[in-house]
Amino acid sequence: MSDQQLLAILPHILLTTVILIQMMVIAFARNLRTTVAISVIALILTGLAFIPVYSLIPIMVTPLIVLDGYAIYYSGLILMSSTAVTLMAYDYFKDRGEKQDEFFMLLLFATLGALILVCSSHFASMILGLELLGVSIYTMISYPHKGLLTLEAALKYLILSGVSSTFILFGAALIYAVGGKLGFAELASVALETRDSGEIFLTAGSALIFAGIMFKLSVTPFHMWTPDVYEGAPAPVTAFVATVSKGAIFAITLRLFTSSNLIEVPSILTGLSVVAILSMLVGNLLALRQDNVKRILAYSSIAHLGYLMVAFIAAGMIGGKVLAIEASSYFLFAYFITTLGAFGVVTIVSLPNTEADAGDISNYEGLFWRRPMLAIMFTLTLLSLAGIPLTVGFIGKFYIFTAGVTTTLWLLLSVVIIGSGIGIFYYLRIIFAMTKRTETDVTKIEIPIAGGWVMASVTAAILFFGIYPTPIVNLINNLVLSIT
Amino acid sequence: MLLIAIISVLIIGGFAAWLAESRNRDWPKWVSLFTILLSSLLVIPLFSLEPITMQLGATTSQWLLVYEVPWIPRFGISFLFALDGLSLLMVALTIFLGLVALASSWNEIDHQPGFFQFNLMWTLAGVTGVFVSLDLFLFFFFWEIMLIPMYFLIAIWGYERKAYASMKFFLFTQISGLFMLLSILALAFAAKAITGNFTFNYFDLVGLNLDPDIAWWLMLGFFIAFVVKLPGFPFHTWLPDAHTQAPTAASVLLAGILLKTGAYGLIRFTVPLFPQAAMEIAQVAMLLGAIGVVYGAVLAFAQDDFKRLVAYSSVSHMGFVLIGIFAWRELTLQGSVMQMVAHGLSTAALFMIAGALQHRLHTRDVSEMGGLWKDMPRMGAIAMFFIIASLGMPGLGNFVGEFLVLLGAFQVNVPITIFASLGLIVAAIYSLIAMQRVFLGTPIANRNLRDFDSREVSTMVLMMLGLVYLGIHPQPVFDMVEPSLNSLYELTGPATEWVGALR
Repeated sequence: MSDQQLLAILPHILLTTVILIQMMVIAFARNLRTTVAISVIALILTGLAFIPVYSLIPIMVTPLIVLDGYAIYYSGLILMSSTAVTLMAYDYFKDRGEKQDEFFMLLLFATLGALILVCSSHFASMILGLELLGVSIYTMISYPHKGLLTLEAALKYLILSGVSSTFILFGAALIYAVGGKLGFAELASVALETRDSGEIFLTAGSALIFAGIMFKLSVTPFHMWTPDVYEGAPAPVTAFVATVSKGAIFAITLRLFTSSNLIEVPSILTGLSVVAILSMLVGNLLALRQDNVKRILAYSSIAHLGYLMVAFIAAGMIGGKVLAIEASSYFLFAYFITTLGAFGVVTIVSLPNTEADAGDISNYEGLFWRRPMLAIMFTLTLLSLAGIPLTVGFIGKFYIFTAGVTTTLWLLLSVVIIGSGIGIFYYLRIIFAMTKRTETDVTKIEIPIAGGWVMASVTAAILFFGIYPTPIVNLINNLVLSIT
Repeated sequence: MLLIAIISVLIIGGFAAWLAESRNRDWPKWVSLFTILLSSLLVIPLFSLEPITMQLGATTSQWLLVYEVPWIPRFGISFLFALDGLSLLMVALTIFLGLVALASSWNEIDHQPGFFQFNLMWTLAGVTGVFVSLDLFLFFFFWEIMLIPMYFLIAIWGYERKAYASMKFFLFTQISGLFMLLSILALAFAAKAITGNFTFNYFDLVGLNLDPDIAWWLMLGFFIAFVVKLPGFPFHTWLPDAHTQAPTAASVLLAGILLKTGAYGLIRFTVPLFPQAAMEIAQVAMLLGAIGVVYGAVLAFAQDDFKRLVAYSSVSHMGFVLIGIFAWRELTLQGSVMQMVAHGLSTAALFMIAGALQHRLHTRDVSEMGGLWKDMPRMGAIAMFFIIASLGMPGLGNFVGEFLVLLGAFQVNVPITIFASLGLIVAAIYSLIAMQRVFLGTPIANRNLRDFDSREVSTMVLMMLGLVYLGIHPQPVFDMVEPSLNSLYELTGPATEWVGALR
């Protein structure tokens, strides 16, 4: 391994080292503030370590790992999101007593897994990242181990995620059986060579991999676990699952299927279209009848992944690849900060009650008059989820439309419109609840310092990049499009 | 720059009003008043601008102001603000009705006055943006922005069924808006296929040689969004609910200017961007307009709720605008524009009266009113004036608008015109019966009601003067919009061809 290659994986090495240091610190001097400080510093340092990597890209580090602009962009998103979750989790756990330090170590482990995931170029490293991420998340979900809901959520996630991992493994094995290759780029030639003899294996293999990935992305019909996990997990963990976990898995899926040309297999595109349409409809329709904000956000995330699949499908159409990758990168950026904002509010509203999270919509009634700033932030994030202008979510949806229009996916786009229309209904329901005039003075909500800063920056980003998206557009054009 | 200044003043004024609440609960409305006066001062110099000639498709057009800075260069999106006579007329109406809305809510809002004024100012900012944006992306941006504050106005300060009404309003306009977004994007891509560049610039998109089939579908996206907003039959069902449940100020803005954005969009975008396709749908659109005229009038006749009555009469009046636009003759377009302005004034006044009645009687039910003239002679006389204006009495603005539309449309399609004229008769019936039931007759109870005070009377007198002026001397309005409309005729070809296509 050359010096350059070593430098290229410096962020990962750095993060691993800090995790070990943090483990020592926790073992010898347990202090929540110190642990969180180490976590935040680790995440920032890891982010900074990507700067020297930028001059090297694209670079292969062994056949397993590739560092390119695409990996750096998604690593940046993951680190940003992890930092926000760390700060939110600090607020969430600091008054809940007992030993909460290890949670932050697990969070760093999960982040490391996600970072490996987005830069893997081989099935081996992909599985490694996937499991590192997954196993940490099971523990994070059940970390407070209070109440049945949490246990139910953790168990559901454990079993379903485990099953989906085996799907992916078996799919990879089938593809290996045909061509004897596990690197993504090499699969493209395998697909060409074995067009006649091995196509059934190739299709079955990709279908299995897709099924596994769909589980983790929680798109219909593999979405059953989502509402329960979202409801049962502590709000910051839900934010993590919704952003880092899903984002990293989507990024690697896009890389896998665009660099191996597997996506251009027609039967897969048809299957994906069905999945996308179902997700948009089922996600939005089921959200209508929910009275729990966390469950509403769960179903809304199913719908959002459905929108994202439209861009994914566009990537498989002729002439759509560049724009589709650009579109999904922006959409994910928008989805990340918006979701962080939404769960940030849920976290803050949940703080006074240490027994269970404030899921029920009644907790938010009259928030406009009790905590105007918080209510405005929540309104903005909800409008961003609904894709209303002035917010970053609108630009994200604009990109999805753009990707769909270039590749003339009219059916999918009309479902996007129908889905967004239904979506407005439940987002407005929450906003309407916040504007209610409440006479009784309900629990006092204090805005914590760390969470307050997270919310302020997230809101500022939602507005700024909603009005002036050019910086991110340029960033994506410089970094992400390198893989096409 | 002046246009940006007007929009910014309204946006900043909204924030200032909101912040002012923490000092004193009376301050927000004064801040709003100051904001509106300041923006109207900024509108005045717009009237004296020298026209600039711009290339528009195969022809040229006169603009008073054009201002462009890049926004999202990746997609050729820019902040393109432009103003012509039509836009200027609409902007002036917007600011004026903003003042009326503020006056109508002066003593009405007890709950969160700061946030109320914020939403009022932002609605005005959004609508002003809609009237002056000539980049389609920017236009859509403002189109959506004006919805949110209006949603809040209805959802927070509305009456008993506000949740239902505000939701319905938002859903209708939002979904139809997404169809327009789809059309806008597809148009930009069609432009890219022809010229090689992404563009959302109106001046580049007009006169493109589109494939007729594609153009038809794209036109439909724009058409639906604007007709929902107008509202045209059968997309009008959101309007009675929204109007009835909205607080007075929001009703004034909804009826006065938000509906006009739909008509403006049809004139500015639907027909010029897709002249051929618009011609194909013109028959249907005129028929929808005529059905709207009669249907709205008949339903208005059946209402016991005074605000609902005025709301249905709006459906009826906006039907004339739809007929006028799709007849696409010089007379009918001028009539439509006149109808937009006159309806804005008369309906705003009627909603203000409805709001004043509700404020005093705590009901909108006409059957619980009667003989109110005795208690409130000033309000009665003023209501009489506006009801007569709204039913189309010669000498007032509404008559000019409706008459020109019918006169021009008669040359295009006789049966539809005759059918639409029936609406005028029904209008006279429902208007006069409403007047009879509310203000005349014997009082059903002895109540001491406060008559209009000087603030209300002076607002009303301003609008009355406006209607009289429009009615007896409409020429300045025609002169103002004539250059804009003329360049549009040139785009779509001579009117005889249009008529030929219709027959």
